Amino acid sequence: MTFYDDINIQGSSPLGNFRRVLKHNKAAMLGAIVLTVFLGAAVFADFIAPFDPLQTSLETLQTPSPKFLFGTDDLGRDIFSGVIYGARTSIFVGISVALFAGLIGVFVGSAAGYAGGVWDDLLMRLTELFLIPPRFFLVLIIAALFGSSLFNLILILTFTYWTTMARLVRAEVLSLKARPFVEAAKVAGATDARILFHEILPNALPLIITQMTLMVGGVILLEAALDFIGLGDANHISWGFMLHNGQHFIRDAWWIIVFPSLALAALVLALNVVGDALNVALNPKARSAYIDKAV
Amino acid sequence: MKNLFSRLFNRFLLKRIVQSLVLILLLIVINFFLIHLAPGDPVYYLAGQSGDEQYYELIRAKFGLDQPLTTQLWVYLASVLRGDLGFSLSYQQPVSAVIFARVPATLLLILSAILMASVGGILLGVEAARRENSFYDRAFNTFALLGHSVPSFSIGHLLLLFFALYLGLFPAQGMISANQSSTGIAYFLDLLYHLALPSLTLAIVQLAQIMRLTRAAMLDVLNENFIFTARAKGLSERRVLYVHALRNALLPVVTVIGSDLGMLLSGAVLIETVFAYPGLGRLTLEVLAARDYPVLMGLFLLISIAVTAMNFVTDIIYPLVDPRIKYRQ
Repeated sequence: MTFYDDINIQGSSPLGNFRRVLKHNKAAMLGAIVLTVFLGAAVFADFIAPFDPLQTSLETLQTPSPKFLFGTDDLGRDIFSGVIYGARTSIFVGISVALFAGLIGVFVGSAAGYAGGVWDDLLMRLTELFLIPPRFFLVLIIAALFGSSLFNLILILTFTYWTTMARLVRAEVLSLKARPFVEAAKVAGATDARILFHEILPNALPLIITQMTLMVGGVILLEAALDFIGLGDANHISWGFMLHNGQHFIRDAWWIIVFPSLALAALVLALNVVGDALNVALNPKARSAYIDKAV
Repeated sequence: MKNLFSRLFNRFLLKRIVQSLVLILLLIVINFFLIHLAPGDPVYYLAGQSGDEQYYELIRAKFGLDQPLTTQLWVYLASVLRGDLGFSLSYQQPVSAVIFARVPATLLLILSAILMASVGGILLGVEAARRENSFYDRAFNTFALLGHSVPSFSIGHLLLLFFALYLGLFPAQGMISANQSSTGIAYFLDLLYHLALPSLTLAIVQLAQIMRLTRAAMLDVLNENFIFTARAKGLSERRVLYVHALRNALLPVVTVIGSDLGMLLSGAVLIETVFAYPGLGRLTLEVLAARDYPVLMGLFLLISIAVTAMNFVTDIIYPLVDPRIKYRQ
């Protein structure tokens, strides 16, 4: 889907293009603002949140009020503080996984695409293996068997997401490898490493950046889903975990459910909108890119 | 009929059948390695956490846990291929019986959702493509983006809060009313009444995706020559869109509807949790809480096999939907 059919993108710098897209598209601009707000909340949570989100109190199931902006849960924990600290957990997991899975994927994908032959075949069969079980169930079963501390969750999610990036980068490297400028570099006597790192990968960078951004949103959704079914790390406050605890009180206390849900939806929505804008700015010819929604 | 037969049954199909069977074998092997790689004694994952020492000895003997790993793999493969997925301690039943008892409820949820999502998604997608870049198109696009970003359990919670708890239009949980034992038509209506919200939730997520794909496919097709021809013949716009264009735009859509069983099942697990709907999702939650690993491993295996089988079926449906495609080597 694209909102940008009417925007003329002809700037020379990618950053300039991105700014132009933001300027012409209110949704993308709003997405960027929302994203900034959540990033701010994650970084400065200690200063913004009025309470410790895990600290219980006697003021249980309070409706939203000036003291408790989003109310309190059944153990008297402040929902507003939970939403603020939850942003930190979500963004931390999302960015870590996108970074690790992205790096592994770029490394393996470009090696396979560039080397070709047996290695390429081997890698593609391996990534196909990851595509068979639904991602949600694969992550669920590994988390259930191996434990689901925050560290484990990041490992498990990285383990299941790197193949997405590897397949994309491989395809991109394959197409770039056949371009005239790579031929030219070869004729000029450049080494394979130089061709890969100086000619091919810089040209694949727009795709890699866009995909990483979109991956953050997908990872955050999946992590929240795991927390929601009770497979999260209870030592870290997270939106999914708040929903898991709050669902039994939905009849009496809508605020326990509504505020973490809205935060989750707003963050992922912002990430997708900004990712789409990045895609338009960086890969003007490409169609809108989406990462599969696992949940 | 003979033509159809030869189109379906040829070398491609054979190759695809063999491929699917190999995938299923690989899935069983993956299951085996997960059990052995997980921390702790594999017997816990083969028997469940709540057994006693005597029972564990029995399971150790059954799966040959004192034998070399390769022998264990053969024993495991053989027992799964015989249809023996183990015994559930928390339900005191064979794993396959526990799982299959929950399948109808989830199947009902998924089928009703996919029906609503397909009809709605294709209609909205065609209308969006027809009015490209109009207000409607943008509104539909925004809706698709929302459907792609908001997790299914949040959509479920919001629908539950509004339609069940605030307006009181629908029941908040369960699959049938607990306090009455109706039969016949009354039972069926009660079932539908409870199905409405969970099914709608699952449909919304799918609908967004089907709509987006239909729109993109329609925009591609609408630029083709045969559409100009159809218009030049003076056919009505509705006929051009829904008969000439849609028939050709439908292929990628059918692929997605067919290959999305994995996503539907994932969504069903979360949505069943929200609405306390007694299907495979509730089962997943219950066995996670009871650490009943045999059922969990069985669920993982059966769901993966179901997805593989569905992909296979989607592949052989291709030539029926699109006569241009013939499978040849």
